[in-house]
Amino acid sequence: MTADFRLPRGGRIDRDRPLRFTFNGRSLTGRQGDTLASALLANGVHQVTTSIKYGRPRGIMAAGVEEPNALVQLAEPVSEPMLTATTVELCDGLVAEGLVGHGRLGDEPDPARYDSKHAHCDVLVIGAGPAGLAAALTAARSGARVVVVDDQSAAGGSLLGRDDYLDDRSSDAWVRDVVAELDATPDVLRLDRTTAFGAYQDGFVLALQRRTDHLGFDAPRHVARHRIWRIRATQTVIATGAHERPIVFDDNDRPGIMLAGAARTYLHRYGVQVGKRVGVFTTNDSAYVAAIELAEAGIDVPVLFDARQDVPQRLRAECAARGIDVYPGHVVTGTEGRDHLTDVHIGPVGGERCDTVGCDTLLVSGGWNPAVHLFSQLGGQLRYAPSLGAYVPAEALSSARVVGSAAGSFELMACIEQGAEAGRAALTAAGFSPGADVTVPVADTRPDEVAAMVLWRVPEGAPKVPLGTEYVPKVPFGTAGDDNSADARFVDLQRDATVSDVLRATGAGLRSLEHVKRYTTIGTAHDQGKTSGMVAAGIVAEALGEDLAERRPTTFRPPYTSVPFAALGGRDRGELYDPVRVTALHDWHVAHGAEFEDVGQWKRARHYPRYDEDMHAAVLRECRAAREGVALMDASTLGKIDVQGPDAPALLDMLYTNMMSTLKVGRIRYGVMCGIDGMVIDDGTVIRLADDRFLLTTTTGNAAMVLDWIEEWLQTEWPHLRVFATSVTEHWVTVPLVGPRSRDVLAALAPDIDVSNDAFGFMTWQDTTVAGIPARVCRISFSGELAYEINVNAWHGLALWEALIEAGEPYGITPYGTETMHVLRAEKGYPIVGQDTDGTVTPQDLGMSWAVSKKKTDFIGKRSFSRPENLRPDRKHLVGLLPADPTVPLPEGGQIIEHDYVPEPPVRALGHVTSSYDSAALGRTFAFALLRSGRERVGEKLYVPVGDDLVAVTVTDTVFYDKEGARRDG
Amino acid sequence: MQLIPCPWCGPREEVEFHYGGQAHVAYPAEPAELSDEEWASFVFFRDNPRGPFAERWSHAAGCRRWFNAVRDTRSYELLAVYRPDQERPVTT
Amino acid sequence: MTADIATRRSPLDGWTSRLAELAPAVRLAERPFVSQLTLRLPDSSRAAAVSTVLGVELPSAPCTFAKGTGPHGPVEVCWLGPDEYLVLAQPGLQRTLESALRAAIGDAHGAVVDVSAQRTTLTLSGPNARDLLAHGCAVDLHPSVSPTGTCVQTLLAQAGIILLVREAEFVVLVRASFATYLAAWLLDAGTEYREQPT
Ligand SMILES: [Zn+2]
Repeated sequence: MTADFRLPRGGRIDRDRPLRFTFNGRSLTGRQGDTLASALLANGVHQVTTSIKYGRPRGIMAAGVEEPNALVQLAEPVSEPMLTATTVELCDGLVAEGLVGHGRLGDEPDPARYDSKHAHCDVLVIGAGPAGLAAALTAARSGARVVVVDDQSAAGGSLLGRDDYLDDRSSDAWVRDVVAELDATPDVLRLDRTTAFGAYQDGFVLALQRRTDHLGFDAPRHVARHRIWRIRATQTVIATGAHERPIVFDDNDRPGIMLAGAARTYLHRYGVQVGKRVGVFTTNDSAYVAAIELAEAGIDVPVLFDARQDVPQRLRAECAARGIDVYPGHVVTGTEGRDHLTDVHIGPVGGERCDTVGCDTLLVSGGWNPAVHLFSQLGGQLRYAPSLGAYVPAEALSSARVVGSAAGSFELMACIEQGAEAGRAALTAAGFSPGADVTVPVADTRPDEVAAMVLWRVPEGAPKVPLGTEYVPKVPFGTAGDDNSADARFVDLQRDATVSDVLRATGAGLRSLEHVKRYTTIGTAHDQGKTSGMVAAGIVAEALGEDLAERRPTTFRPPYTSVPFAALGGRDRGELYDPVRVTALHDWHVAHGAEFEDVGQWKRARHYPRYDEDMHAAVLRECRAAREGVALMDASTLGKIDVQGPDAPALLDMLYTNMMSTLKVGRIRYGVMCGIDGMVIDDGTVIRLADDRFLLTTTTGNAAMVLDWIEEWLQTEWPHLRVFATSVTEHWVTVPLVGPRSRDVLAALAPDIDVSNDAFGFMTWQDTTVAGIPARVCRISFSGELAYEINVNAWHGLALWEALIEAGEPYGITPYGTETMHVLRAEKGYPIVGQDTDGTVTPQDLGMSWAVSKKKTDFIGKRSFSRPENLRPDRKHLVGLLPADPTVPLPEGGQIIEHDYVPEPPVRALGHVTSSYDSAALGRTFAFALLRSGRERVGEKLYVPVGDDLVAVTVTDTVFYDKEGARRDG
Repeated sequence: MQLIPCPWCGPREEVEFHYGGQAHVAYPAEPAELSDEEWASFVFFRDNPRGPFAERWSHAAGCRRWFNAVRDTRSYELLAVYRPDQERPVTT
Repeated sequence: MTADIATRRSPLDGWTSRLAELAPAVRLAERPFVSQLTLRLPDSSRAAAVSTVLGVELPSAPCTFAKGTGPHGPVEVCWLGPDEYLVLAQPGLQRTLESALRAAIGDAHGAVVDVSAQRTTLTLSGPNARDLLAHGCAVDLHPSVSPTGTCVQTLLAQAGIILLVREAEFVVLVRASFATYLAAWLLDAGTEYREQPT
């Protein structure tokens, strides 16, 4: 069909701005202001796609977010799956195709920017229709901070799809005035194209703003395409409107069948006639107005079928004046047409006779469902309103009120009045005095005359085919053979779920709507059942013979509409995905070719490859330098905590398993911390700076945890202790200077101290200057070699590092990374908390009973050491493993088994490899493992499955290198 | 995003806080005097009520102070917050 | 002995011109080497002595800071907790202040720690400074809620910060290791406010 369905006038579109677009390969033209759906309809295109299960042609049924059918995939201007044609604003060059159920993500990384922003307000108004605008204006006039969000491209809400007059002017003028006043008021933030999709506790509302999509290819690249607004409101006014409800009948899914209100929107907002010959099927007065307005626009509307016997007489007279025949007590019993509706079968309710009317379009209205989603998300209780056949808010919430058609009030002036009242109430609740009243204008709308009838589906027994035609059970286009497919009474069009599916669910004994929903998948598609949920609830209640008012409604959960993951991710992606923490020496490492590893959020230099070295070669070289010459590393990431106060010794005695109070000023002690369950949580060194002052180091990953741990005990258990703990992690740059020649290098740079072993003994510290920089030098070794750990104010870290490199040059000083650090420590049998432990390991398991005080009456974890579980002889112990083949590295995490074959499952694993390295010093590979009864197994031969092989290993103790500790003092 | 009212800083977003489990579970004065069962009960067992529950929270990303809160575990509503040295207030 | 000032390096050394690219919408700059001391003083008996050293009363209200000028020049004292303060002073004063504060506390219960290099300082001003912060900070910085003198510890993007509201600018104190992350984040979040986006 290529006929032009754009009316010669009307609509809120710019007729001078044609937009070329491509749909399903066809080049078409729309107008600025169109949605993809309105542009398709303007070109006479109703069918958008086929259905997911039965392959039936499907068209455009709605004009907004409730659209169940018209799913499209965008190819241009951006690749985007799973949008509804009714919500895509048309832009020049848009390319889209209809989608059968599933979308496809693009192959290319998304180049667009995404953003989020916090907003705070006294009153948040969701929805800028008549009720919302009245609420917003009332709130704004008081001086309150107001945020107004609306999902459409312009304010006005339902007024955009009508041509009502307010007072003696078009409603557009009223909207324009309100918007102008809002926009001119300070502290009012009005956001178009912004969908509030989640409402949470404490006035928190998330909204998605589509900022550039409507600009198409002209979208500025630097502007974030979508923004998530994180709105915190004292009071919220929910004015989200209502969605029209369809009626289920046979073949109710053909392209050309749409909601009556949608046709009205296409007419008034887009200047589009949805068909040439339009029939109407309704249960309420609202569709009469649609019929009358379409007829006034010159569209042929020959018939209106009203399921009610009692029809509105004034509206009927208006219809008659426009050539519309109203049939009271008539229902649609079926339709014909393949790609597009051609005929409608109709008959009297419960009657035997049936007629056929030729129509290319059928407008349907089964009533209106208030959009109570956000209210329900807030925990607001819903009540079934029998007069509407829909749920409405059943209670007032202290910080949120629902107004307008979202509250079940459909009369325009009442909506405005309610909005203004809600604005005043919200202001008062937020502590403001309302300013000038908002005058409620007089609307020229046609009042409802006759109560609506609730009709979920055209009743059984109504004739299905025209008289004189033989009844042939239908097989839908596409899939055949499925029993269920014979039913073409669709409840959820996107899921291809029918009345039979619902009845099968209730027939199977399902009663809860939540269960029926899961059984039938109704309401689980992109539209989350906006048109199907209520109908399904009604059919279920009917089938069970229950009153909907007695049944529990389903709970609405965020999001109200689909939200792209990219928008939720915001700018937390790429280099900003997770904070990258760096030391003061980071740039040097980068400049010198370091490869990095992530340790928590830190980037740590892992090794410094030279030329074409791989990590293995680099690490062997770095290890050799540390064992034979001199090497240095950046250990600034170690956690550092200053602990001050007269009770600091007492605190540390409780925190560490070993005794810290006896440590002398000027000396250093290694310590282990456990949880109350006796499991190791961290380790590090403790430096005694003064009688009442210590400096603790923690592992890199646990710095924050240990400080929190200390604060927790100090604040909640031992507030009487006079101690303060302060993190100084980043205040210091820490550089271990390691190797037999480290003393020479330090001596060259620290002329004020005697660096000899006698004057500067192991596990002591001194304050001095190194390269002219005030420094604290500690004799600590994590490698077994002679080593000094030099600490300076981080501002001077680079100067220190470069001075050390320069002074060490004659000795071949070599920077080394974490991988070498690991090898060196492992060769010496030092475990790493978090690598060789996993929260189930005691100090005794690690072979560190020496670090557990026998003298202290208590410390954290002590009581747990004597729990039976912790005394079991078959606990896992930390042991060494030596592969029989010294060139074979064991995989970390590899399981250890007893036999030289893999037995039938379940295979008993004795433990696992925790650390594994190749050692330059040993000339072979080696590993640590946590092994059941490990210490009793030293000398045993066990096996580690690696791929299809079994690697034989010998269990050893954990110290592989310099067992007598001869190298420590140089 | 729920707001949690720090007794010092006022309401802040929940992400600024660390949860510390049940409140008013004191570290035993004499752990050595406890039976294995009593000790295990202290280490591993906590209440899990439906309704008001006194919990410990720390304003970790703010003032770093620990405090107690009575929270309704059904609605997440914080019925009261109070300092560690204060008695649990009466909540309805 | 003091180290050579010429060789010291701040966490955002080398970022000066990039940070300046957000001007004039947001004037963003690192103010390096600010003297910073953590002060713990639960014992109010020495508050007066400490105030004399600093030239400013300790702030008593949570989430505020106090400023004044004393023997060591302009000083700001931030409330970090019921007995915890962060003292900000001109560069180079950390050692002098540390000694002076220790002397003022005497044998009372308290603590002083030099944390000058623990955090660096960023200042933000200009017409869009508050907007920029709102992209990543959940605290309401509207003047009616966070007037001049406000000092909050909170999150900006995914980094912990201390935020001061001065007369005409915001101050963001951030841990040194997070400084480049936060600077990159601020530049990214500020892209739309640039005059000529890159
Ligand atoms: Zn706090």
